[in-house]
Order: sequence, then structure tokens, then C-alpha cells
Amino acid sequence: MISKKDVEYIARLAHLEIDEQDKEVFTNQLGAILDYIDQLSQLETEGVEATAYTVPMKNVFREDRIATSISREKALANAPDQREGQFRVPPIIG
Amino acid sequence: MHLYELPIHQLRDKIDRQEVSPAEVLAAFYRRINEVEERVKAYITLTEEQAGVRASEPLSGPLAGVPLAIKDNISTAGIKTTCSSRLLANYVPPYDATVVNRLNQAGAIILGKTNLDEFAMGSSTENSGLYPTRNPWNLECVPGGSSGGSAAAVAAGAAAGALGSDTGGSIRQPAAFCGVVGLKPTYGNVSRYGLVAFASSLDQIGPITKDVADAALLLNAICGHDPLDSTSVDRPQPDYTQFIKEGVQGMRIGLPREYFSMDFDQEVKTSVLAAVQRLEQAGARVEEVSLPSADFALAAYYIIAPAEASSNLARYDGVRYGYRSKQNAKLSEMFTSTRSQGFGDEVKRRIMLGTYALSSGYYDAYYLKAQQARTLIKEDFDQLFKEYDLLISPTTPTTAFKFGEMSDPIDMYQADIFTVPVNIAGIPAISLPCGLDSKGLPIGLQMMGGHFAEGKILQAAYTLEQLLAFKEQPAEVGGAE
Amino acid sequence: MRMEYEVVIGLEVHAQLATVSKIFCGCSTEFGGEANSQICPICLGLPGTLPVLNKKVVDYALMAGLALNCELSRHSKFDRKNYFYPDLPKAYQISQFDRPICQNGYIEIETAAGRKRIGITRIHMEEDAGKLNHEGSIDCSTGSLVDYNRTGVPLIEIVSEPDLRSPAETREYLNQLKQILQYLGVSDCNMEEGSLRCDANVSLRPLGQKEFGTKTELKNMNSFKAVEKALHYEITRQRSLLEQGKKVVQETRTWDDNLAQTISMREKEEAHDYRYFPEPDLLPLEVDHSWIEQIRSNLPELPREKKERFIDQYGLPEYDAGVLTASRALADFFEEGVRAYHEPKAISNWMMGEFLRLLKEAGITVEQAKITGQLLAELLQLIDEGTISSKLAKTVFAESFKTGKDPAAIVEEKGLKQISDQGQLDQLVSRVIAAHPAVVADIRNGKDQAIGFLVGQIMKETRGKANPGLVNKLIREKIETG
Repeated sequence: MISKKDVEYIARLAHLEIDEQDKEVFTNQLGAILDYIDQLSQLETEGVEATAYTVPMKNVFREDRIATSISREKALANAPDQREGQFRVPPIIG
Repeated sequence: MHLYELPIHQLRDKIDRQEVSPAEVLAAFYRRINEVEERVKAYITLTEEQAGVRASEPLSGPLAGVPLAIKDNISTAGIKTTCSSRLLANYVPPYDATVVNRLNQAGAIILGKTNLDEFAMGSSTENSGLYPTRNPWNLECVPGGSSGGSAAAVAAGAAAGALGSDTGGSIRQPAAFCGVVGLKPTYGNVSRYGLVAFASSLDQIGPITKDVADAALLLNAICGHDPLDSTSVDRPQPDYTQFIKEGVQGMRIGLPREYFSMDFDQEVKTSVLAAVQRLEQAGARVEEVSLPSADFALAAYYIIAPAEASSNLARYDGVRYGYRSKQNAKLSEMFTSTRSQGFGDEVKRRIMLGTYALSSGYYDAYYLKAQQARTLIKEDFDQLFKEYDLLISPTTPTTAFKFGEMSDPIDMYQADIFTVPVNIAGIPAISLPCGLDSKGLPIGLQMMGGHFAEGKILQAAYTLEQLLAFKEQPAEVGGAE
Repeated sequence: MRMEYEVVIGLEVHAQLATVSKIFCGCSTEFGGEANSQICPICLGLPGTLPVLNKKVVDYALMAGLALNCELSRHSKFDRKNYFYPDLPKAYQISQFDRPICQNGYIEIETAAGRKRIGITRIHMEEDAGKLNHEGSIDCSTGSLVDYNRTGVPLIEIVSEPDLRSPAETREYLNQLKQILQYLGVSDCNMEEGSLRCDANVSLRPLGQKEFGTKTELKNMNSFKAVEKALHYEITRQRSLLEQGKKVVQETRTWDDNLAQTISMREKEEAHDYRYFPEPDLLPLEVDHSWIEQIRSNLPELPREKKERFIDQYGLPEYDAGVLTASRALADFFEEGVRAYHEPKAISNWMMGEFLRLLKEAGITVEQAKITGQLLAELLQLIDEGTISSKLAKTVFAESFKTGKDPAAIVEEKGLKQISDQGQLDQLVSRVIAAHPAVVADIRNGKDQAIGFLVGQIMKETRGKANPGLVNKLIREKIETG
């Protein structure tokens, strides 16, 4: 069963901040969903291959050729903060 | 008959015969949008200016002059693509999705971008980060979701047709709720390049239209191999409009026992079975069949989709585009506050669920198990499609519900119970209206086919459409111009 | 009694593959471009974009796998490694987790105790991240700037077994690895440009003990020398901790070249839970027999085979063969020379002497040099034919090295042709003999080596052009007869 501590751990992994009250709500909701999902344990899957791709394809490649890149202005057009043609972020340690 | 009431193929005839110009058609649709949008709220962004310029240019192609709406999780160069999220409220992509390129090449004109549940996560548009869209049949009801804006726009005559995306039913369920046609193509038939990813192994773009013939027209324009999407299938493309002909004689149709034995709305069941009977009378062979693993599809879905989503939505970190929180004294604080303020609750819930399912110690029990279940579900379908051309079920267990009615997430998830297995197996399916319930709300019937059996589906759906002659119009937005 | 410790080292080497475009999009991989000038919606991770795999990346990884004696995986796939960092635009790195393209290989290295096999656990393909430039210093920075040019540059990660027992062995392993990758042409292995990067896991254990000691992971070593220095430092540090009865803390440490020490990196807040899962945007890789055979048949001769062949085929001493096969370009230069001039040892001597010296002086690589093996061969023929003296030949070589001109033309142009005309030299010899009676007397008295002085005078007068053998003969004749 998922605990409040689990919720805190996964929130940290996902970079989400959840206040105390919502933690309770999330713990309960996620618990209920996981309960529902648990019906999967009734399904016998011993030795069953996992399907990641529903269309049976493999080996899709592109050739090693240079294609046009977008301009720096276009690339930076949506940047919340930029300086000297680069994306600017807050200090990593601080 | 108003121009906005016409299906695409009739509009095209009129334009070809030069009875109307693309500019006149466009003007008619914007007038209609002005008339109904305040009530329906199908759109997030209207692109009247660009559309006007385009309508004045010489247009050619099978969709020349046809005004369409695009779900706002499909990338449009120079036009905001918000995914109905606060995080992308001001994001303007520098590139067009492949489907948008193809629509442009076919001569279509984009009216605007439609509302959805944030990042396509939901079944009602109540999770839109902006505002909910309302069902043109009853403004107190949801239009379904996540492509609720696209379905409502088509139903209200606010677009000739639209593109939606379908991860667990997001095209078919709103199409059913809004009384229009929604087609989810085979996984790999339509390029995903430019579709903002929710669950990469399930997502597929498809048309939402007034009728089946229009669905074939739009599918023709958007389908086919795309070198930019590794999962897009390279195979000869049929002309789907050739399947727009009547005939189900000898067609073998299966009714999955597991679906019909579920506890759901009796009126829906009756209406769907009555429609099936019409097909039988037209010469189809109908039998009850069994899809034993389908019961597990929803559980598998609620592992696979959130797991992939938790990874796909990690990039919204405030660094390169989109919203950045003001609380950004240091990097990790910026990440966390940006995401916490930017995402709505449902998105957070699914990211948390997916993160949990993938976190160390749980991978085998959840993600791997779900992918194994997927194998079994796919095998069940494959097996059935060796003997049957189509499977038929209701699209949804109920007709459109009221706003706020589904407050519990799991209840809401159940709205996708009939549509989700299709995505898990990667097969195509269509939803078309088969009647109204006693509240006057449309009922959707779902036809499923084997991989790349879109042609068969379209033919059977067209036949049923002709048999039923469903001509009802949404009550609350009809009339007055 | 002092406890003896055994050093255990394992390496993780990242090599940038020498493709022209990135692993999942068509952007250029060229080094040194203006910040954010080699990016597109795909490598920038814009919403809705998808990766498509560059085939050459797989070809190169397979080549490396074969050359490093690995098993090649018939079924392979890509996975997502999820973590947040501003240099990672999708917040996941596309890498390979449980089905790497190559496994279970080895490299043989030479050690004092003979040849030793170092195991290679795996080779996998992945994409590189961008580059962070800190404003101010990392500790009191006002922010960081991100350049995504490197994002999506293809890498292979080569993970060794913990089989290395000293910094010297480590260096030898790295040399071998670099040589092999360069020979294959799959990577230029330029550490300064970051196309070869190396992290090391180091631990100590009491000699004879089976279990490994606690390891530290060393990062940020930007040259082979730095790797060796960092390992020495870390081994000493760990030994002194153990000798004081303290414990080694399992951690990541960064090498500071200026301080010449390893420094503990403050533990990242991030938990290391990468939530790997199969990349749904890419399809599985299936490497069949014919693909492997095609790669195998195009595999170039590797350094060790080439060295042995040079010894057998050209009769070169082992030392010469080792030097000449240190790089493929050098070996190719040699063989080009030998094709046109059939005395391998002479070619080898010129290369190991003049050529390597000039390369070092000019600070350039063999590939950048203008002179070719063919030109060296032509020069040696000019010496044999008596057209130039071997002494002046060095001048001609240096000129050809600088300009790439052919030696005959240089000789002509600079008038360096050897004077072998007896009539022309006779006069000169007579004059020199007349000018140095004392030296002549010495020679007559049996001080034979004094003849060298007279030869030297004549060479000086002719600016080195006189044929020294002929001059020698003429002097002797004149002194004897005179």
C-alpha cells in the first residue's frame, strides 16, 4: 500500500511540491487507483513477453546527413530567460 | 441549409462548382463561431487573420478551402500550442506537426486551436487549465474529453471537421458525447511528429467529423509514413474514400461478451444492440465473442499511460520554453515551483502515479506486468480478427454526464472502459452516433478492426450511418443566424 | 607490520562517435560552433518532437564491439534514463539499460608481468547532454547559461570490469582503447574537445582479500595524465584513511587539476532513481548475421595485428613497429613510403627521426602534415642516386614537410644539387690543401681523422652540396700524389 512517505518520495523525484493537506488526498487517491490496478495480479503472465510496440517493426533509421537547424533566435524565442545567445537558469547551488 | 451545417464532402463540391469561394465558407464559419462560442467555448485560439490570408490565396488539393479546427496539443508553427496548460500558455512552436503540414498541402484552412483536458488527460475537458468546453447538445453536460473542444466545435458547426488525439478514447468518447464521428487510426498509421506526447505508445491523431465520408477524407490527408516518426508504418496507403460505399453482406461481426455483460446504461445498450440488428438485417453475420483479457485493459492502461506521461512531461521545467515560476532563487526550487504551479491536479496525479510505477523496486510489479498484460490483450484481439472483420461495442458506458458529476478520479477513468483496450492493442476504431437517449443526448457506437483495417471499419460505419439516417441536431446551439 | 593493499580500478569511458550529424536528428556534431547554433526542435526537446536513430551510430558501436572482442546483441533497444538537469532538454537521456548493443569483451594490455586481459562489461549507445556555463564561480554563481550544441551528439559508453590494478595499467588500457577507436575511425578520441571522457571507480582492499573495498567514483579528468594523477592521489588518500583505521566513504569525487587533488562533490539533492523504461519513440534494434558480417568484413586492421605484420613483412624491429603503428595515419604514411621505396628500415628511420621530431615541433598530427610517404620515398631515391647528400636531404625534408612540395623540385629551386663533377671539385680541393699545410702534414704523419677537417672546409665552401665521398677520394689522391 502506498504511504505518505512514498508520496513524498515520488513528489521529490517528479519535482512536484505537495502541501500537507494535498498529501493526504493524493495518498488516498493514488491508493485507490493502485487498488484498482492490483487486479492485474490475477492475470497469469508467467513467461509472457512484454509488448512495448503494438506494431511489429524494428530497425528504423535515418542516414548520417546534416539537415538544417533552426536559427538561434527561433530556438531562443520561447526562453523565459536568456543571455548571450544561451538559456539562462538560476544558480545550481546557492 | 447553412454552409456550416454541411459535411466536408458537400462543402468541397460547392467550392469545386464555384458556388461558394473558400473566403465565403471561411466567413460563414467565423460567423457561426461568433454565434456559439460564448456558450460552447470550444476554442482556445482563433486564427482568423492567418486563415483569411490563406483563404485569399489559390488553394488546391482534396481539402481546398475546408476550414478545420486543430486540437491544441498539435504543434502549429507561429500559433500558440498550449495543451490547455498554464505551463505552455504562451508557448509558440517554431514548427508544424506533420499532420498540419499535410492538411496545409491538401488545401485546408485552420480556423483555430481547440480546448482539451490539460495535456489530453481527462474525459470531460473539466481538466482544461483554461475553462471547460460545453456540450452543444446540453450546455450543462460535458462534451467528453480529452478532445472535447474538437468534438464540440464540429457538433456546433463551429468547424467543418477537426483533428483530435486519442490515447485511451480521447477522440471516440467526445465524439460519442457530441453526436459526431470520431476515428482513432491504427497506431503508426498517422504520424505523431508534432503531437505533444501524453503516452507515446498509445497516442494517435485522428479525425472528428460530421459523417463517415468526411472521416475517410481527413484520414486520407493525414495518414501515411513519416520519416520523422520512427513508429510510423511504411506501407502502401489505400484511398480510404473508396470504402465509402454500402455493404456489410457476409461481414463477420463480433460482440464482446465481456463488454456487454458490464453494468452500464441500459439505454446505451439497447440503442447499440438495435443498430447491430440493422447491420444483421443488411447481411452481416453477428456473433457473441469473448475477449477475456479485456477486463485488465483499464488497469494496464493506468500503469502504461501515467508511466510514459511522467517521463514525457518531465521536460516542462521552465528552462527552455513555457512558464517559469517567480520562485527561482535556485535551480531545484525553480524546477519544483514551476511544475507545481503549472500543472493541474489530474496531471500531477498521473505524473505521481507513473513516477511511482517506474520507481526502483516497482518496475516489474507494475510497468513490466502491464506490458505483459498488453501482450495478452493484443493476442486476444489478433485471435478474434482472424475470424471476425469487426467488433462492435458501445463507445461509452453512459451518455454525456453533467459537470462535476464525476468527482472521483476512478469513476472518471471508468468512462474509458470500452475505448482503452483499442489503444492498448494499437488497433483502429470508430465511434458514430446510433441514437439519442431519453434525455436527448447522443449515444455512440464503437466499431473496432484489426491493424490497418480502417477501410473495413469505414465501410461498415458508412453502411450503418445510411441505415440509421441519424439526422438530429444539437438542441442548444441550433437555429438562428 | 604495514598492511599491503591491492588497488582495484574500473573505468567508464565515453567516446564521441565521429558521425557528421547527431544521434537522433540532423544537426551538426561539429565542435566549437557558436552557442546554440547547432540545435533544432528535436535536440531541443520541444513538445511533440521525436527521435529517429542515425544508422551510422549503430554501425560504429558494432565496429567498436567487434574490435573490443565483445558479443554483439542480436536484440537490443533504447531506454529512457529520467532525471532533471538544465543541460538535459527532455529531462531524460535516451540510453541503453538492460540490453546494451555489445557485452563481454576485453582489451589486452602489456604490463611488466606480461600481457594481461582487461574485461569489458558492456558498450552502449546514448546521447550527450548540453553544456552549462556558470556565471561567476560555481559556489557563488548568479546563474548558469545553457548551450545545447552538444545535446544529442552520439556517444558510446565503454564500461570495463574492475580488472585494473594500478594507474599505469589504467593508462595502458586507455592508450590501447584510444588507439583501437581511432584505428576504427569511430571516434577521434580528442580529450581536450571532450570527445573522450573517462570516469574511474577506485577502491583498495587488503592483499589477498576477495571482497572489494568501498569505492569512490572519480570524475572530471580531462587528460590521460590527469587520470593517472587523480588515481595516484586517490589511492594515497584511501590508503592513508585505511591505515588510520578510518573508513572510505562511497561518493563521487571530482579531480581539480589546479589543486592536484580529488574533492568530494556535495551529494546532489536528487535521489538516484532513474526510472529506466523502454523508449517508446524508438523501435527495437535487431542485428542479424549479415549486418555483423558486413561490419566485420569492413573492419580495418587493428594496431596489434598491424604491428605484428610490420615485423613479419618488413623485417622491422619490434620497437620500430610499435612506434609506427601507434596511429593509423602514421602506419599508412609508412606503407605509402614503402610502396614507392623498397627499404622499409630506411623509411622507418626517417619517420622515427626527422618526421616525428618535426611533428612535435610544429605541434600537429600526422594527418595535418603536408608531406606524404610518397614524397619521403622520392627523397630517399634522390639520395641513392647521388642527387643530394643525406645531410642536405634533411633540409629538403623539412621544406617538403612545411610546403608539401616534391623533393626534386625543392632541390632544383634551391640549387641544392650535389656537386659530383670531378673537374669542378678538383680546383677547390687543391685550393683547400694549399691553404692548410699543417693539416696536410698531420695527415701525412698518419693522423687520418684530420682529413675530416678538410672535407668540412669544402662542404662549407659549397654550402653542403659537394659529394662528400668524392671529395674524400680527391683529397686522398692529391695528398698521396702531391
